[in-house]
Amino acid sequence: MINSVGVFAGVPVLTALIFLPLLGALLLLLTGTVTTSSKATFVKSVALGISLLTFVLSLFIWKEFDASNAGFQFVERYAWLPQWNISYYVGIDGISLFMVVLSTFLLPLCILASWQSIETRVREYMIAFLLLETFMLGMFAALDMVLFYVFFEAVLIPMFLIVGVWGGKNRIYAAFKFFLYTLAGSLLMLLAVIVIYRHAGTADIPVLMDNLRLPASTQMWLWLAFFAAFAVKVPMVPFHTWLPDAHVEAPTAGSVILAGVLLKMGAFGFLRFSIPMLPQATEQFIPLVSWLSIIAVIYTSLIALVQTDMKKLIAYSSIAHMGFVTIGLFTLNLQGMQGAIFQMISHGVVSGALFLCVGVVYDRLHTREIARYGGLVQKMPHYAVVFLFFTMASIGLPATSGFVGEFLVLLGAFKVNTLYASLTALGVVLGAAYALSLYRRVVLGKMVHEDLFKMPDLTVREKAIFAPLIIVVLWMGIAPASFLKPLEAPLLVLIERHQEALEIEPPVRLTGRLTELFGEKK
Amino acid sequence: MSNSVYIAAIFLPLLASLIVGLFGRTIGVRVSNVVSVGAIFAAAACSVLIFIEIALGHQVKVLPLMTWIASGDFVVEWALRFDTLSAVMLVVVTGVSAMVHLYSVGYMSHDASRQRFMSYLGLFTFTMLMLVTANNLVQLFFGWEGVGLASYLLIGFWHDRDSANAASIKAFVVNRVGDLGLALGVFAAFFVFGTVSFEGMFAQAPEKVGTVLIFWGYSVPALELVCLLLFVGAVGKSAQVGLHTWLPDAMEGPTPVSALIHAATMVTAGVFLMCRMSPVLEFAPIAGIVITFIGAATAVFAATVGLTQFDIKRVIAYSTCSQLGYMMFAIGISAYPAAIFHLFTHAFFKALLFLGAGSVIHGMHDEQDMRKMGGLRKALPITHLLMFIGSLALAGIPPFAGYYSKDMILELARAKGTYFAHFAMVAGLIVVFLTAFYSWRVLCLTFYGKTRADKHTFEHAHESPFVMLLPMLILTVGAIGAGYLGKEYFIGHERLTFWNNSLFVLPANDVVDAAHHLPEIEKKVPLVLALAGIIFSYLFYLVFPKVPAFFTKVFRFTYTFFYRKWFFDELYTLVFVRGAKALGRGFWKIFDGKIIDRFLPNGAATVSWFTAGGLSRLQSGFVAQYATVMVLGLLAFLSYFLFKTVLPL
Repeated sequence: MINSVGVFAGVPVLTALIFLPLLGALLLLLTGTVTTSSKATFVKSVALGISLLTFVLSLFIWKEFDASNAGFQFVERYAWLPQWNISYYVGIDGISLFMVVLSTFLLPLCILASWQSIETRVREYMIAFLLLETFMLGMFAALDMVLFYVFFEAVLIPMFLIVGVWGGKNRIYAAFKFFLYTLAGSLLMLLAVIVIYRHAGTADIPVLMDNLRLPASTQMWLWLAFFAAFAVKVPMVPFHTWLPDAHVEAPTAGSVILAGVLLKMGAFGFLRFSIPMLPQATEQFIPLVSWLSIIAVIYTSLIALVQTDMKKLIAYSSIAHMGFVTIGLFTLNLQGMQGAIFQMISHGVVSGALFLCVGVVYDRLHTREIARYGGLVQKMPHYAVVFLFFTMASIGLPATSGFVGEFLVLLGAFKVNTLYASLTALGVVLGAAYALSLYRRVVLGKMVHEDLFKMPDLTVREKAIFAPLIIVVLWMGIAPASFLKPLEAPLLVLIERHQEALEIEPPVRLTGRLTELFGEKK
Repeated sequence: MSNSVYIAAIFLPLLASLIVGLFGRTIGVRVSNVVSVGAIFAAAACSVLIFIEIALGHQVKVLPLMTWIASGDFVVEWALRFDTLSAVMLVVVTGVSAMVHLYSVGYMSHDASRQRFMSYLGLFTFTMLMLVTANNLVQLFFGWEGVGLASYLLIGFWHDRDSANAASIKAFVVNRVGDLGLALGVFAAFFVFGTVSFEGMFAQAPEKVGTVLIFWGYSVPALELVCLLLFVGAVGKSAQVGLHTWLPDAMEGPTPVSALIHAATMVTAGVFLMCRMSPVLEFAPIAGIVITFIGAATAVFAATVGLTQFDIKRVIAYSTCSQLGYMMFAIGISAYPAAIFHLFTHAFFKALLFLGAGSVIHGMHDEQDMRKMGGLRKALPITHLLMFIGSLALAGIPPFAGYYSKDMILELARAKGTYFAHFAMVAGLIVVFLTAFYSWRVLCLTFYGKTRADKHTFEHAHESPFVMLLPMLILTVGAIGAGYLGKEYFIGHERLTFWNNSLFVLPANDVVDAAHHLPEIEKKVPLVLALAGIIFSYLFYLVFPKVPAFFTKVFRFTYTFFYRKWFFDELYTLVFVRGAKALGRGFWKIFDGKIIDRFLPNGAATVSWFTAGGLSRLQSGFVAQYATVMVLGLLAFLSYFLFKTVLPL
């Protein structure tokens, strides 16, 4: 059954979008092993072409998307395991729309960024990225729990390979750490999915979001199981130590996708499962999530301040920025949640761009150690401008995307609890300190290392990568309406449902005295 | 007048900045200079037209541009607001900026990155104009952070100097502390008023007097909280004591920057903000008291430090800090018009003094230490004359500009009669003496007496070119006449029609008339103190040059305390900089490295076990093997799932 309107009436457009990269991967599989450089170029061009095509298709979907409609759109549903009431069921709402577009936007840039830096197993690398794209898109669009789970897990595979095969010196350790952490979380999530399925007899996510009513005690355990999976993905402190290792070892494009899209899977999970399906438990655990987020923001910002490895610094800053996302999601008011999702998109673009900035100099000098750089502005003025731009976006300068997200999150948090907002806002000060100090140590100052004198400025290919990122950051910062509007309708419904659920059955307060002190809603 | 004039005044500097910034190398220095200077003079001309239409024509004009952020009931617009307050600021900003642009053509003529400099100046001017014409607190925040960015870029303009890079980061981060307060203030304002647009907030302020808000678990009066949080932002931007440490270090930037940003315009943004918020602040008496106290403390603190510094720019920087203190305590006692009046006159004479200092530094081949100057009056006669006039204005000698504005603030403090106003007045009187004293200390050490410069430098000291002297001359006209010409409008009988409600004073708090009727003898006190300061300074530094050394010996402790700037920097470095780094290192090495990675079930220990032990065969690096294992794993989970779930049904 296909349920879409407008230009795409009767067209299985989401399926086409999801499986287009897979088709590309199959195509590459047929070409045989890469032996010559011209063949490598061919392989890369095919991958780039397919990913661009996917991106263009996703733009059409965005154009046709009805922002005033809170429900799922472009829905397709085919029986998969009819006897068990499980189907291939996809569709997107305003929230997943942007996750989809973010993924399709970053992927061509990743392939461009790997153009020269990947020299071994080029074909397999491109296949891994295209597969990754299919899995990510499938996960964001899935409306059936089983389908979601399959894609959610499948994403792990190509990412594990990208880190484990094309990574740096310590890649095996990092890949397994990443894999095991994520796996442990998702096993618990699997349990939760099973319990919900057995209770409700359906795996239909929209139905479960609207109608699932579980006793508060069951909810608590399910919530914690989901939390294990999503908190590792986000990652939230103290489940974060896999991320710096994975980033440091991953190739540039791997870091871009990891920070840009994969971290969003956790937050997306909160939005699809924990918050709508387990309202009472969500309400109970708001203080837990908020305090973990606050700790994440301050703790990882302080750690970022003393890093000597560029990628590690940005990895830790990612955790801090994701802290804004989680605290925003659990404000359960429009500004906080809209800000959180906006921040997810913005962080996807900005941190991706920052990893690309690191990639530019890493490709030239093959070290990530900050102390090996300094004074780059003298030889690479264009690079200096680009890096400064994304540094400013990262610390949330108004008129960049970073500001809108952080500001709305803090505004939403202030409504819930002024202390939360004040403490989270400390991240804004610390963020400026570590980001500017990174910029100073890499780009400014005197050029003391001789090998830096030969560093060429940005190439045309690199400029072509950064240009769209700059445009998006400014667009989101100056006229964010095109991003905020589609989020509004589904979030309003989500919030309303949450309030209704609480009215029917008020949540039990877990931590009486502590909640009164710090977590009380006003 | 058509709207395009209003738009042009704001956006011309941005346009010039973009052109020169992006294509500066292509179009060359000469064209870049023409574009930058041309654009800013055009913007200044537009500003004058706007001033005439808005301020003298008693109008208010709001130009909505587009929606910025809309999230439910939180709606923020890009819009330009023109009322008397913003018109005054427009004239000050574009006026001083135009002079500084012109001056920079000469001052930066030997610098390889002149285009970049001009581009930054344009960016600064644009963001500052967006700040003063904001119609809501969030757009104000845009300008606020935007000028912060421009300030960061310009302080660190000479980016191969470590000290400049350190100073630029310090300026940004310290300001961010203030911005945090400002942001919280915006949230609180939205929480209280349900809007952040100025009109919306101001209309509701009287009825919100009794409103209480729970902040960090305490019930606090909402309006007081809003004003105090916003004031934290003002403390940062306007370098009030506590968050002032960035301003003296900001002197690492080229001198024209110090004149424009760190004297005449950006640092006054805090003063502007509090005046803009006057319709709310008037209903927050406790906030007023805090502002009075901090302002007065800043004035005294900065003046005492200014007495002891030897870097000519740092003395003027502390002087700026001190004068901003005056403006702040004026705000605390509801004397908003007087605060803006002082902002207005101060912009002329302080920019003049900085440009004069720049002229001296330029003529002395980048020497800034006054211990290596002296006797320069012959070599730089025009600069000397202009700085002399600037100092007269700063010291508050009639009929120069500072006299009218500063005396008004002191008289209002006297007339106000409350305890805190009294405290501020006494502090202000002390500062009058100190200001005159350090101003003449600068003049004596730089221009008079025997020179302490080495022979070569002294002989080659030269007067600056006309392109630098001309803007100084124009500013001198302002330093002479701005007070006399402005006083009727700003603080005299015309004030109510002139301000046209853009500044709001509760009738009960308005003591202007009482101040006008103070006994003549009391009005003369500041003048006497200023003259005394000048005379003492002459005696100390020209007639009996051994006296200062004697004093530093006798009052060694006090002197060191002042000279080391009350040890703020040392304290902050110890507590915040070192503290944050130590914490970060501890978290990283101990929590992340030792605790989490060891004890979490999937921590490093497990990973090493996996990678080193059972799965090490997989390290051979074959893609297919990895993939197979992963797919098998996934299939295993799936079958487990289907098996467990589905069968019982």
